[in-house]
Amino acid sequence: MTAIVEKSSARSRTRAAGPAGGKRAKSPYPHWFYLPAAIVYGVLFVIPTVTSFYFSLTRWNMFSSKFIGFENYVTFFKEPALVSGLTHTIIYAVVTSGLKVVLGLGLAVLLTSQIIGRGYLRSVVFFPVLVSTIGVGLTFTILMDPEDGLINQSLALIGIQGPGWLTDPSYALLSVALVDVWKGVGLATLIYIAGIVSIPQEYFEAARVDGASAWQNFRSIVLPLARPATFTVILLSLIGGLRSFDLIWAMTRGGPGFTSDVIASVIYKQYQAGFYGLSTAGNVVLFLLVTAIIFPLSRFLNSKEVDL
Amino acid sequence: MKRSRIALSVLASATLALGACSAGSLGSSDEDSGGGKVSLSFLVDNAPETVKAAEGLAKDFTAKNPDITVKVESRPQGTEGDNIVKTRLSTSDMTDVFQYNSGSLFQALAPQKNLVDLTGEAFVGRTDDNFKTTVTAESKVYGAPFGNFFAGGIMYNKDVYTKLGLEVPKTWDAFMANNAKIKAGGVDPVIQSYGETWTSQLFVLGDYYNVEKASPGWAEKYTKNQVKYATDPVARAGFDHLQQVHDAGYVNKDFASTKLTDALRKLAKGEGAQYPILSSMITQLVTDNPGSENKIGLFAIPGTDAAKNGITVWAPSGVYIPASTTGDKLAASKKFLDFIASPEGCTSFGNASQPSGAWAVKGCTLPDSVPQAVKDLQAYVDQQASGLALEFLSPVKGPALEQICVEVGSGIRKAEPGAKLYDEDVKKQAQQLGLEGW
Repeated sequence: MTAIVEKSSARSRTRAAGPAGGKRAKSPYPHWFYLPAAIVYGVLFVIPTVTSFYFSLTRWNMFSSKFIGFENYVTFFKEPALVSGLTHTIIYAVVTSGLKVVLGLGLAVLLTSQIIGRGYLRSVVFFPVLVSTIGVGLTFTILMDPEDGLINQSLALIGIQGPGWLTDPSYALLSVALVDVWKGVGLATLIYIAGIVSIPQEYFEAARVDGASAWQNFRSIVLPLARPATFTVILLSLIGGLRSFDLIWAMTRGGPGFTSDVIASVIYKQYQAGFYGLSTAGNVVLFLLVTAIIFPLSRFLNSKEVDL
Repeated sequence: MKRSRIALSVLASATLALGACSAGSLGSSDEDSGGGKVSLSFLVDNAPETVKAAEGLAKDFTAKNPDITVKVESRPQGTEGDNIVKTRLSTSDMTDVFQYNSGSLFQALAPQKNLVDLTGEAFVGRTDDNFKTTVTAESKVYGAPFGNFFAGGIMYNKDVYTKLGLEVPKTWDAFMANNAKIKAGGVDPVIQSYGETWTSQLFVLGDYYNVEKASPGWAEKYTKNQVKYATDPVARAGFDHLQQVHDAGYVNKDFASTKLTDALRKLAKGEGAQYPILSSMITQLVTDNPGSENKIGLFAIPGTDAAKNGITVWAPSGVYIPASTTGDKLAASKKFLDFIASPEGCTSFGNASQPSGAWAVKGCTLPDSVPQAVKDLQAYVDQQASGLALEFLSPVKGPALEQICVEVGSGIRKAEPGAKLYDEDVKKQAQQLGLEGW
């Protein structure tokens, strides 16, 4: 996280300083004006980041610490919960990201066409984004209760015996992912609507002259020209999915057993248990993992965008 | 002269008020207030029953010692509370007196460094020996008992037992035979409530008395990494039992989502016959389901040998004085602990909160009005058929036991791999504590 913030702020700084390059002496402010910001940034971001790298190499508690080299990392990677946590994290990120792209695009096409109550429907789709994640989690936990939950009771009316959405090990993770999609698809739709609306009308007019069908319109105009929106949605939802924690914790706490544990919840539980060194190491790993996936992906997607 | 004395006392009480929320060293500056009033701060966890009891104790103590007032503060329970206590201790910002778990969690506070040694105090002679071991580090005693002992056993509905003509089982085979009859009678034999994961651990943790009886000194060997759950069949029985009740279909259908409150209600109404749980939950059961005081009994987790069966007991939490408390406050705090660990203290505690098990202070007695389950527990204690849970005898307890128990008890993982996984989990805890041999 810190690195991403740092990077983007560094980039905007170079950009802002771009036109005035080489004229540093003419800055209207004395250097010590930077001091307050530098102190806040240093104390709250730089020092903790650096010390966390050190503490990930120790076994520490509130009272003392002991340097143990890379042992925490060894333990962390030997952890059985980690392997399953890693798989779950990737499944979760891919499922939520994929569904948000497909559903977001579909909804956006629907909501940019001439339908009744378009403005109202747009706000309805966006509404879940505004609700607190914990609230959504708790609400759906009640709705998905296997015996008394509204979902299974409704299914029972039409003669279907619904599964234990959150208590059956094979469904728990996917159920949470679906709720995540429900909550997050509004943002994806919004981005897509912006992307589609910004496509110049001339393309559609030319297509109409050529006698293109609706499907051809979508396939050859909307899909390629909304690509920047697609990339944004993929990137945002993938980052969100990889470090997702709050919804999972509110709904299943990683359970039943460990069947919906993701990396972030594994780390949280280790911290709770007092394995501070181990969880610090886990956070360093999570940081590196998110960077390793997102950095090249964002480079790749950005380069595509320029090509367009 | 008079005016300056007033000024002095105002100043002194101001420093006292400050002392409650600032570094402990400030507290020592009121030593020169000269026989004036002392105010103590007392940190307890925020469970309603705990707060009630603490406030009751504070009130009765001040009534007896008008010069000392006690102000109760509360903190969250569970791991969040652990962190608060540890942080405040390490920054010398702890209240003058505080309540906290005994046993392995107490050991994790680094008592030698952070707490006041109370070995020589008069009340130590009055406290129960079992309790004393749970607040002792390197043969020094650091705490006074706060509340009652409670047990990990099986609460059962006596009506169901009478109707089906069953007897309290002393061996696992007898227990399973009972279960078959209960199921045939149309009642869920065993209630499980994995909606609250901690409740899943009782078959394992509550079985420790049987383990200790079968191989004495198990805890010590366990701390030294010489025995393991996965490889010791006696210890593994707890995990096996969890799997057996699930595989035989003896648990309630909605076990995966049931919560403690629902489970207690099921038991009270006779929808389920038996519920492995901590006996202290009887207070909640009776509050939520009035009229069930004498309908619910308690028996120990059955083992292999009927003659050696007994109940696993949890010690009450302790009240400690942090090393940051000095001077007048230290003397007052010791007085307060002396009061808590006295028959008067027990009475005061019992008036504020319903007792749910035996007291840890000699000379304290339970009123006749306690629920049947508490009497059943007392019977085990009187017959010398009770022993402390593993977490009081060994500092080694893995944090993931509840999830592993849920997995074994829901058929996600078999008993043996479950026990093995728990052994791995425990290893991290032992290393974090810096124990020998891990």
